[in-house]
Amino acid sequence: MRIKSLLAVLAITTTLTVPGLALASEVTFTTNMRSYGGDGAYLAYYVTDAQGKYVGSLWMAGGKARYYEHLSGWYRATGGDTGEINGITGASVGSGRSLKITLDLADTLFDAGYELHIDSAVEDMRDSPNEVVVPLTSAGSGQAATGSRYVADFTYTR
Amino acid sequence: MIRSLHRWFGLVAAALITAITLSGTALSIFPTSEALTIPAAQQISVAELATRIQAVEPTVEQIRRAPSGRITAYYFDGDQPVSSIIDPATGTPVGSADTSGLERWLTNLHRSLFLGDTGRLIVAGGAVTMLTLAVSGLFLLARRAGGWRHILKPAKGTGDRRLHAVISRLALPGLLLSSLTALWMTAATFGYLPEGAGAPPFPSEVSGTTGIQVASITVLQEAPVGTLRSLGFPAAGDATDVFTLKTDAGEGYIDQGNGELLAWNDANWLDRVTNLLAMLHTGQGMAWLGLLLGLSALSVPILCWTGLAVWLRGRGERRGASASANHADTIILVGSEGGATWGFAETLRKSLSEQGMQVHVGPMSSFDPARWTSARRLILLAATYGDGEAPASARGFIECFRRTPVRQGLSLAVLGFGDRSFPAYCGFAADVARVAEEKGWDTLLPYNTVDRQSPQDFARWGRDLARTLGLGFELNHLPTRPKAWELSLISRRDYGANVQATTVILRFSLPKTSFRQRLTGKAFPRFEAGDLVGVLPEGSDVPRFYSLASGTKDGFLEICVRKQPGGLCSGQLTALEPGQPVTAFVRSNPSFRPARGRKPVILIGAGTGLGPLAGFARANKASRPMYLYFGARHPASDALYAEELSNWKTEGRLADVATAFSRTANPAYVQDILRKDGARIGKLIAAGGQILVCGGREMAAGVATALSDILTPQGVNLATLKAEGRYAEDVY
Repeated sequence: MRIKSLLAVLAITTTLTVPGLALASEVTFTTNMRSYGGDGAYLAYYVTDAQGKYVGSLWMAGGKARYYEHLSGWYRATGGDTGEINGITGASVGSGRSLKITLDLADTLFDAGYELHIDSAVEDMRDSPNEVVVPLTSAGSGQAATGSRYVADFTYTR
Repeated sequence: MIRSLHRWFGLVAAALITAITLSGTALSIFPTSEALTIPAAQQISVAELATRIQAVEPTVEQIRRAPSGRITAYYFDGDQPVSSIIDPATGTPVGSADTSGLERWLTNLHRSLFLGDTGRLIVAGGAVTMLTLAVSGLFLLARRAGGWRHILKPAKGTGDRRLHAVISRLALPGLLLSSLTALWMTAATFGYLPEGAGAPPFPSEVSGTTGIQVASITVLQEAPVGTLRSLGFPAAGDATDVFTLKTDAGEGYIDQGNGELLAWNDANWLDRVTNLLAMLHTGQGMAWLGLLLGLSALSVPILCWTGLAVWLRGRGERRGASASANHADTIILVGSEGGATWGFAETLRKSLSEQGMQVHVGPMSSFDPARWTSARRLILLAATYGDGEAPASARGFIECFRRTPVRQGLSLAVLGFGDRSFPAYCGFAADVARVAEEKGWDTLLPYNTVDRQSPQDFARWGRDLARTLGLGFELNHLPTRPKAWELSLISRRDYGANVQATTVILRFSLPKTSFRQRLTGKAFPRFEAGDLVGVLPEGSDVPRFYSLASGTKDGFLEICVRKQPGGLCSGQLTALEPGQPVTAFVRSNPSFRPARGRKPVILIGAGTGLGPLAGFARANKASRPMYLYFGARHPASDALYAEELSNWKTEGRLADVATAFSRTANPAYVQDILRKDGARIGKLIAAGGQILVCGGREMAAGVATALSDILTPQGVNLATLKAEGRYAEDVY
């Protein structure tokens, strides 16, 4: 799956209150799922700042708002506000499948203490908030991180 | 309108709803197997449960309780995430909580046909279809029964049509519940319903401390495990996180430092309704209901099949070319609901056309004598629907018929099609015949009827018609030629030769069938006394029906036959010698047999009508009170079954036997002995008794009058008894 979203960059930049024109570059998220033997997983991608405060959402895999409460980290941060993911929602990701998203992200997000979180949940299976937590750094680009339950590995490349 | 709605929705969606209901039936087993295998529930608090689990698995992140009472804990084993079913008595894991692949596969098939959201919408369409079918079917059932009052009474009719009615009535409540709850669940999934109360906003202020023991949190101490839905533990190392509690009453957050309730939202009515309906649909938490719904769902493929069979048969009978209305000399108009009467019309059209006549066939609703410029004969073949109503293809006929002036030179015949087990037998056709008589239409043939699509009745009427027209044809209507068998005569007993009424009791052996034939359903069908045997005489394709005087259990097939002057079939049968074969098939006749139970049964008959009644007595090994009243000519000549009857009375298979002989010094008919015994009959009926009458038409009419006279003073009428299945006739 390859999606380019300008709205994603808006969502981030507005919350970051960057004055003037933000410099942005293309970033690709690659998420490979384990064969966890269940229905499609919901995945919420969002960013927190150095203090652990929610900054904004980057992607939501899974279309039904009534299940978002199971993405408990994201849900806690946003109060389940679907306005946060308006236009950046896709399908849930099946067991053993992978998801590739390409976004324009503000350069200021990197090497500034920001962390990318992935919460995941599967019907009738455990909720897995903070399945993946990785700092957004230039050096981290291309480094695979392992998830705790459903995500086999996650990589972002600038 | 309702019928075509029912038909087309059924035809179009049969495959879809079969897939949905079969997967639903398979799924319905899981809640029960879960209920049988989960550890016993405990009457403890959530605090106690959480403490027990935490003692065994310190890394526990979340505890969930399913409506079935199954408790699942999510924790880590080393760095391996685990989910286990927990025994609440000890807090120890007893097995994996992962849903089986099969159940998941079935669930996905059932709710989305593996097509994601598109599939969910298709399945929801299936639920709408099923709801439409259930509601329209309910209306059709009511019409069929002759009104809403009669809808719970025993179903009438035969074959696929009856099977369809019987099964759908059993399954309707379950199917209505399943489809309505399914639609609610779909609406909830797609967010078409107003929002439930949901979770309160996450608390912005927490105590900032950590480490309270779950055992000492008041909110958890006060919540019984029975109300728990889930309890989430704060993430390790995050002082701002909280306990998240969800119960039937609502959901909220608890501080992990001081155990105080930080925020709480009560569940609203919508949450409750959605939870309840999900439980009603899945049976999770109500396993018995799940099984009932599963059984109801299992009926859908059968209903699709029988519905399709009924429709196909009706369609197959409608083919054939007919002359245009203004050129035809003979007009046949059909009043039919299910389509069977069209088949008779087609047989009639064919026979008349072969005689060189120009025949037009159309529905009764197209009645328009002004268009029939060349017509000389009008034949109305009219079925009846429910309680004497006009069938579908005769809507508005009777009003139009009343308004239209009589056409000179056009003679009219009315033939009614019906089922004697219904209260208003041929009610609509009889109305039409009455109007015709009142208006003074020329009569082609007197009004007559065909009972239960009897080819014999139809052929008899056909002979009258042929005679009237001065032609020689035979109406041979065989809707489906049943598989016939060779039956060989074992024995015969002769009666009545000296009263000019040769009557024989014929006993045939049953064809030997192998185990394999029985398994594949190709064996000689099972039958009971009161069912019919169709005998195909040599020289004719029209079967003659006789009531059976024995059942499969007796090990032989027995009938009583009286020799009719000039009768083809009765002549051959009464001349049959042991060892000689006849060709025959069995047809079930479920409306004429004793109802189940121990209520009294009054058997009334005359002549060969004694046959099935003797069969009922023979089968009455349980000594249920059965009273037999029967008429014959003379004790010395045609007292059929005399020896058996006296034996059965001694053995208790018959409570009493009363006989009327019409050719003795004190002649009496069966209705006379009924009147004499009126007080007892009244009592038996008051006790819930059932009356079964078998014999000639005149005898049956006399019996009906006598019974009316006996029962009317105690406020019972035969029509009501008939509607309740407590008065049934088998007449010929």
